Amino acid sequence: MVSPDAIVEVRGVGKTYEGGVEALREVTTAFPWGKLCTLLGPSGCGKTTLLKIIGGLIPPTTGEVWVNGKKVDGPGPERAFVFQDFALLPWASVLRNVAFGLELRGVSKEQRAEVARKQIAEVGLAGFESSYPHQLSGGMRQRVGLARALAVDADIILMDEPFSSVDEQTRRKFQEDLLDLLRHREKTVIFVTHSIEEAAYLSDQIVLLSRRPGTVSRIIPLDIERGRRSPDEIRRDKNYLDTVDEIWRVLKQYVT
Amino acid sequence: MLFLGKRIPVGFSLVVWLLVWELVGRANLLTIFPPFSQVLVAGMAILPTEKFSQAAVISLRSFAVGMALALLLGIPLGVLMARMKGVGRILGTWVNIFVSAPISALVPILMGVVGIGEATVVVTVFLFAVFVIILDTQVGVEKADRSLVEMARAFGARRHQLYTKVLMQSALPEILAGIRLGAIRGVKGVVIGQLLISIIGVGELFELYSKHFLMEEFWALVILVFAFAFLVSEAVAFLERRVEYYASAR
Repeated sequence: MVSPDAIVEVRGVGKTYEGGVEALREVTTAFPWGKLCTLLGPSGCGKTTLLKIIGGLIPPTTGEVWVNGKKVDGPGPERAFVFQDFALLPWASVLRNVAFGLELRGVSKEQRAEVARKQIAEVGLAGFESSYPHQLSGGMRQRVGLARALAVDADIILMDEPFSSVDEQTRRKFQEDLLDLLRHREKTVIFVTHSIEEAAYLSDQIVLLSRRPGTVSRIIPLDIERGRRSPDEIRRDKNYLDTVDEIWRVLKQYVT
Repeated sequence: MLFLGKRIPVGFSLVVWLLVWELVGRANLLTIFPPFSQVLVAGMAILPTEKFSQAAVISLRSFAVGMALALLLGIPLGVLMARMKGVGRILGTWVNIFVSAPISALVPILMGVVGIGEATVVVTVFLFAVFVIILDTQVGVEKADRSLVEMARAFGARRHQLYTKVLMQSALPEILAGIRLGAIRGVKGVVIGQLLISIIGVGELFELYSKHFLMEEFWALVILVFAFAFLVSEAVAFLERRVEYYASAR
């Protein structure tokens, strides 16, 4: 079941929190190299828990995660995280926040400023280098979070509901920009969301999780010709609409 | 401040009170209140004396050493209590008892242990200041945003980086508030310690003036000590305001 081009493999992962809440049970799946995969499921199904286990931020109770052929036992430089609540240092400028991962690695000040400036420009925040997070809107803050993840040049970007604290219009624009940003980069992205449309719009593959304790309910590959088509064309694409319907049919049973 | 719809400067109330003081003094209503103007004159007279500068040096030294010890011990202990639940539980109760306990009651015992002299005053300052510094540091570090800690870990922060680059920075507003409160208590500690020992520093002068009923000098000294405490507290408050912009944005 594990494909040879998988960069992240999840093998029989289960997680039971202190106090006995079982969040995940026997999750086995693989994430192919260079693709954008979403983890989608009803609220409380353990999607974020699974993402954090892949990120090495929390240890699984059972099973293991392999990244690039190595077993995960903590965070690593080949994985970068984008957080739901942005997690920006409020006392640091945009520039320092974006460069923070490099700062922790001991990269020299000039070097990391150069990398950070480039990433800030790429996420569309040029001119805001010396602003502070509280001066930015939610959408802009998450762009800083994304730039920070891109700055460390990790192969894998883990995104935990990155757009959920952002309003609908900003979110659409952000989704389009994200696809643009990723088009020319060879990144593997694992993206947690509870939005069916978001998953269908962004993903190459969707991993559907069941209600808690979360298990893999279905893996849905998407075959939407993105190419040079505009976002609005994609949103009218037959494959896109069929996938949205199919996901909803599966998820409906979990929603009470 | 608004009075009858007009803006008046904050210092105005101080002026009013000093005026009342002057009048009460001039009316000779209370022997312990000489007119404020005479207090000022007495203050000017004691400032250049050798006796005063000696007292000031001793007092400042006790204050500085006691505060330094309180910071060096209090901040790490507060961090430790916040990060290690066991330590927090064991020491928490004691710190909470001591932060509200009347430490002055212990000074006579201290005299028996560390002797009658500067060391007693240093220990008094330390005891007055340290507990509130511990408590505030602990609260600050505990309150530090968990998602920032997680973020730092995700980006590969080592243990010491987690402390220097996230936890301490995040707790800075609380730590500074603790230092300010600790410093104010520390000034009290100097005066109370020296009063109880009554042979050194400002305490000796207080004792001397009140014994000989030199009320002008007595009040002049009170004002000087108040002014010092106020200055120290304002200096820390200045730092606090500088970090406030992010404290409010957390």
